[in-house]
Amino acid sequence: MNGNQGKVVKVSGPLVVASGLTGARMYEMVRVGEANLFGEIVEIKGDDYSIQVYEETEGIGPGQPVVRTGEPLSVELGPGLIRSIYDGVQRPLDALAKDFGDYIVRGAERPALDRSKKWDFKPVAKVGDRVSAGDVLGTVKESSLVVHRIMVPPGKSGIVKRINPVNGNVDTEIAVIDGADGPFSVTMVQKWPVREPRPVARKLPPDKPMTTGQRVIDMFFPMTKGGTACVPGPFGSGKTVVQHQLAKWADAQIVVYVGCGERGNEMTDVLLEFPHLKDPASGEPLMERTVLIANTSNMPVAAREASVFTGIALAEYFRDMGYSVALMADSTSRWAEAMREISGRLEEMPGEEGYPAYLGSRIASFYERSGNVICLGSDGRGGALSIVGAVSPPGGDLSEPVVQATLRVVKVFWGLDDKLAFSRHFPAINWLTSYSLYQEVVDHGVDLTLEGKWSVNRKRAMTILQREAELEELVRLVGIDSLAHDDRLLMQAAKMIREDFLHQNAFDDRDTYTSLPKQYRLLNTILFYYDEARKALREGVPLDALLKLDVLDDIARAKLIPEDTPEQFAALEKKIADTTRAAAIMR
Amino acid sequence: MSSVIKEYRTVKQIAGPLMLVEGVEGITYGELTDIKLSDGSARRGRVLEVTGDRAMVQVFEGTSGLSPQDVKVKFLGKGMELGVSIDMLGRVFDGFGRHIDDGPSIIPEKYLNVNGNPMNPFSRDYPNEFIQTGISTIDLLNTLVRGQKLPLFSGSGLPHSRIAAQIARQAKVLKTGERFAVIFAAMGITFEESEFFAADFRRTGAIERSVLFMNLADDPPIERIALPRMALTAAEYLAYEKDMHVLVILIDLTNYCEALREISAARREVPGRRGYPGYLYTDLSTIYERAGRIKGKNGSITQIPVLTMPEDDKTHPIPDLTGYITEGQIMIHRGIHAQGIYPPVDVLPSLSRLKDKGIGVGKTREDHADIMNQLYSAYARGKNAKELAVVLGESALSEADVLFVKFSDAFEDQFVRQGENENRSIEESLRIGWDLLTMLPKSELKRVRDAYIEKYYPKK
Ligand SMILES: Nc1ncnc2c1ncn2[C@@H]1O[C@H](COP(=O)(O)OP(=O)(O)OP(=O)(O)O)[C@@H](O)[C@H]1O
Ligand SMILES: [Mg+2]
Repeated sequence: MNGNQGKVVKVSGPLVVASGLTGARMYEMVRVGEANLFGEIVEIKGDDYSIQVYEETEGIGPGQPVVRTGEPLSVELGPGLIRSIYDGVQRPLDALAKDFGDYIVRGAERPALDRSKKWDFKPVAKVGDRVSAGDVLGTVKESSLVVHRIMVPPGKSGIVKRINPVNGNVDTEIAVIDGADGPFSVTMVQKWPVREPRPVARKLPPDKPMTTGQRVIDMFFPMTKGGTACVPGPFGSGKTVVQHQLAKWADAQIVVYVGCGERGNEMTDVLLEFPHLKDPASGEPLMERTVLIANTSNMPVAAREASVFTGIALAEYFRDMGYSVALMADSTSRWAEAMREISGRLEEMPGEEGYPAYLGSRIASFYERSGNVICLGSDGRGGALSIVGAVSPPGGDLSEPVVQATLRVVKVFWGLDDKLAFSRHFPAINWLTSYSLYQEVVDHGVDLTLEGKWSVNRKRAMTILQREAELEELVRLVGIDSLAHDDRLLMQAAKMIREDFLHQNAFDDRDTYTSLPKQYRLLNTILFYYDEARKALREGVPLDALLKLDVLDDIARAKLIPEDTPEQFAALEKKIADTTRAAAIMR
Repeated sequence: MSSVIKEYRTVKQIAGPLMLVEGVEGITYGELTDIKLSDGSARRGRVLEVTGDRAMVQVFEGTSGLSPQDVKVKFLGKGMELGVSIDMLGRVFDGFGRHIDDGPSIIPEKYLNVNGNPMNPFSRDYPNEFIQTGISTIDLLNTLVRGQKLPLFSGSGLPHSRIAAQIARQAKVLKTGERFAVIFAAMGITFEESEFFAADFRRTGAIERSVLFMNLADDPPIERIALPRMALTAAEYLAYEKDMHVLVILIDLTNYCEALREISAARREVPGRRGYPGYLYTDLSTIYERAGRIKGKNGSITQIPVLTMPEDDKTHPIPDLTGYITEGQIMIHRGIHAQGIYPPVDVLPSLSRLKDKGIGVGKTREDHADIMNQLYSAYARGKNAKELAVVLGESALSEADVLFVKFSDAFEDQFVRQGENENRSIEESLRIGWDLLTMLPKSELKRVRDAYIEKYYPKK
């Protein structure tokens, strides 16, 4: 027996239980009630089908119809994704605003890809070519930064029977392929179930740095293309700013930004700002490489649970084209809370703090969808998908389940510290507790281009910072005056590393992004001062004189030196050498 | 859906604020109910869960005195609504939107579902218009902008009500010819506190442009769950349909959260931290996220939620989850209050996240950001030095540190401290800031651009 239509039995918030859906599968989409709300089957017990509903369930009651769709929750993939803003289940928010007004009303629906938009398809494959999944059939210029590759969908192959340049919407046929079961038509759009990872030919360990223009990250806790990172921190510590900074300045070709259960204004901020910011590599507006998913905190929680998967499915699709993609999820804690809420309503046995027992495995399987890969397709192209997840632990307590489950899988930990945030040291990434397991990989790459001194300088700087922390303990007990002079000089160097290098104002046009060569020079300048001053100290120059040199102000402003003027750093180093020497002669 | 309204006498269980009604038909989730007692009195309820023919109803006035045999439950076939009208201005309502003053009944222009719908982020406009509250610590250091949600984090016994009232009284933008309204949503506060606000509104005439929603400490706690939604529905109506700039004061969210916890406990849900439900974050966000601006609309909704932190603990779930949703926080500090300073705003942990968008040329003054950073860092340095002095003694301080300690004392005394009726213009706040900075050598003013020092440094 096959039940295409069942009935609501129970409603409890976002969870609806229905009966009479015999044959329905886990994660199949259904339409619920007279209001025709979207939902997804998340549990089957006998004839009870539990459904998480993506829209507010007020007005739904027992007896109302539930209709199967036969399909799992899927995304539409094709030209038109770039520059879009979607909700958690890929409804286009711009189209909804246009047609339904300023509020998201129930049952509102519009296709994810705008059918009124026409695209120019240029074939790459030729008639007679033998093609299989992932092979590029042709391209569409999607935005000034993105050439959209139309690929043979996963699981398909055959011989190209017909292919022509066309101009049309995404539903337009671009090719016909003779497959094993006869000819099939290919359009510019394909569908993919969000909970299923898209296949790749091979996964490789990440081996290239993903630069971010953020000094503390690139220098001390670097990220890779295809890597995973998390940013935990209490409220107001700067998670969202870090995520926005990466979305702006990371050297990824595509950015998918998932606002998961956070503020509406933060998405608006991105929407209004990105079209005016220029990608440092190409000079094109950043929006030209960006896709936004917005499930704000006041939107239904079930859609929040789905939003992370929606985002990653889109990201994988661009990775499959051979791009390096970066996905930011702010915040994965809200995603976990959505799971907790649904799990609670399902009356599942709770694990830690009420989270479901499968929390850890869900988080792990999400981050595992990242990677540096060889894509499907006979050209053997590579692609990469990096994931950066914010985590919002209650009270900033890192021992809570979401942080702990995340730390078990991610390779980079940028720990935000509210003490640093209070003292307005931003980004408030704690340099003593954070780590990156990609350090060696990145050093290896960057050292080749920067005189081999990148990693040497970094290690020295970190040693200085660690020593500072020890000395600070001492100072708290006995006061600064009782420290030896070279220790006080080290404290000065550490302070300069903190204030003049690590501190980076995201909202200052000149400071918001720093290239690797400039990062190197900036740190090198500080270390150069330290070396010169130590020499002078040994030669008997009084410490106070070295701590009061005018050139210290110049060093403090060095972060604002324009990108393409290395000569200014050379001049600064000369000034440092001159003034310390002058101080030595003075005495 | 059933159009016939059905009445049932089949209440089977009563527990805490909840009631189980059996044998129902055609009932939907979220539906409103009328509950009639045999003595003629009535209460209100809402369907929290419905399974087959059993409906779980949350009783807003509480279940005290109810007996299963004695109640008749009528399901109204619709969710909770508020009848809105411009005539609400100047009036006082309870948590259900029923007027409780002596005025005539309101004839609603229309009825709106109080749960509202989520605002489409695409339709939002970013808040960036400076609101002058007349309070220096807010205007200069933690600037409030239109459409922002900026809570006061306070503790019991601290003067947050007075500060909230002062903001309500003085808030204005530096433009003229716009229409304002204040919506005051009281949840579980005492009669004295609420009377303080009402008297203040009457004294200043602000009552004319205010709508008051009152649920006092001895009113039914569960009604507090409906109240902020009523208030915000009224706010949305005034802001987006009547082009008004609405300031919503919600006080005290701690009481609201406790009501939520009571229901959650009665439903035997798996509790999150400290017994609060796991969905507290989501629930609070459906209140706070109703602040904002909409593209193409003239009005706006700015929220000042007030909450008392249990044991002054910022990591308690209520302030913690609030901080995760709001756009900053103003911290009210017991120590500063004890020093006799009003308003006792603790500047260092306070933050307005939207300040940068609301200040500077054309909004406040060009030197605003620099002065803000300079005052903040000088005060922080002074406070640090002071702490050090506590451990190591005054003698351990350097000459410069002694100066900064003096600065921070003067800062608290002249900048933080101000009169309850002292309405400082932003120019005035900037002037006090500059005056204080003259205590420090010019070479220490590293955060202020030379050009501004040239232009604004007070001439002796
Ligand atoms: N790099 C930075 N430069 C300058 N200011 C910053 C920086 N990072 C953070 N800030 C300041 O800190 C504030 C809070 O940052 P952010 O919104 O990113 O915090 P969050 O950790 O995401 O908080 P929540 O968990 O509440 O969302 C910002 O509004 C800004 O004022
Ligand atoms: Mg954030």
